[in-house]
Amino acid sequence: MNAPATVATLAAKDFKSDYKPVWCPGCGDYTVLASITRALAALGLRPENVAVVSGIGCSSRIPAYTNCYGFHGVHGRALAAGTGLKVARPDLTVLVAGGDGDGYSIGGNHFMHACRRNVDLTYIVMDNHVYGMTKGQPSPTTEPDWKSKLAPGGTGLREFHPLVIALASGANFIARAFSGDPSGTAALIAEAVRHPGFSFVEVLSPCVTFRPEQRAWKEAVRPSPVEPTDDPARAARRLMTDDGFNIGVLFKGARRAYAQAGRPTHEPADLEKEFAL
Amino acid sequence: MTPVKKSKRKTPDTAFSEFMARAYVMEIDAAERYADFADQMEVHNNLEVAELFRKLSHIEGLHAKRILQEMRWKKPPQALPERGWNDPEPPETAAVTDLHYLMQPWHALEIALKNERRAERFFARMARSSSALARVKKVAAEMADEEREHVRLIRDWMKRVPKPEPDWDRDPDPPVYSD
Repeated sequence: MNAPATVATLAAKDFKSDYKPVWCPGCGDYTVLASITRALAALGLRPENVAVVSGIGCSSRIPAYTNCYGFHGVHGRALAAGTGLKVARPDLTVLVAGGDGDGYSIGGNHFMHACRRNVDLTYIVMDNHVYGMTKGQPSPTTEPDWKSKLAPGGTGLREFHPLVIALASGANFIARAFSGDPSGTAALIAEAVRHPGFSFVEVLSPCVTFRPEQRAWKEAVRPSPVEPTDDPARAARRLMTDDGFNIGVLFKGARRAYAQAGRPTHEPADLEKEFAL
Repeated sequence: MTPVKKSKRKTPDTAFSEFMARAYVMEIDAAERYADFADQMEVHNNLEVAELFRKLSHIEGLHAKRILQEMRWKKPPQALPERGWNDPEPPETAAVTDLHYLMQPWHALEIALKNERRAERFFARMARSSSALARVKKVAAEMADEEREHVRLIRDWMKRVPKPEPDWDRDPDPPVYSD
């Protein structure tokens, strides 16, 4: 019998596809892409063992820019597709990626239930507080007083707080990263992938075209002053005073990841019989 | 009884190698970022600026290569034990958000100038550091001089390219919805 061939360790560039991103120059998503590829390399994975699933939006273009398996799904349904994939192929490392509009608005319900189900996948949201692809409408995380031609005077609506919702819904790992720190973001993504169950990484990723003032985020972000906790009540108390710019892991839970209970009781052919005309 | 802790003091060779590894990371990171910028500008058909960023990437890449040669390292150093700078990114790496799709060569050089100044300040601080080895201080001072020379070269370069008009970023067909 032949000895198994040595598997070479891959570098971040080995996870990039030949397609050049078409994001606006200066977009934070470029470094999130770099962080994802760095994390995959650091984890010692191979492209054929990873699937990147997305919905719709600027950031949801990301599967095309990696050479992993990719699925560019429908708006807001990336988590549904990613969950199905992970349940069917538990051997794959599944990353689901998208933006704040895709994930928190049209995909809001999927977000809550993906946290609750705790399937072992990692959800990366590139949050720029705006719908960029459709030219700058306010998103669920847009500040109430952000004024634009499409929202004169601001929306007046309270922002969605993704970390609060993730915690309340049962996500097993919750972190916030900043695209201006690609190494730190890569480390957080790698940690999220390693952690069992549903891991949520919110990445502050400036949109320089519609929210040029977000360039100042690099002065606003700071490492979280507290260590991660495994106590949801303590994490909730921390979120009470969170201004949205604390970077790091907030919560690392110990909930067991979703696993199918035993073998299926029916074969697909049995089900097909039920539908036979 | 409390056990005597072993000293974690670095050997002079290790401290010097770490310093050079840090310098290498600074150069290679800057080279990669400029290459990314060149790609972004190419995609947006701003070819003049793309070419300039490509040139800057090449120059930074040569600096990184020289460190490998001087240290006789056959392959790039592995991850650093600690960052060595306060910002999330190395001192010579441009911020991603500095770009604009309508930017002109002068703006690209302005970015490069800012980064060379930051690098110069970093090495000058190392050269003055009381805790650094004499050998590290000496090389850091040389590197600070080199970065200072780069600042001068870029300033000269900026004199040779047109300074943008005040409304350089005006786009007659802007991406922002304006009905």
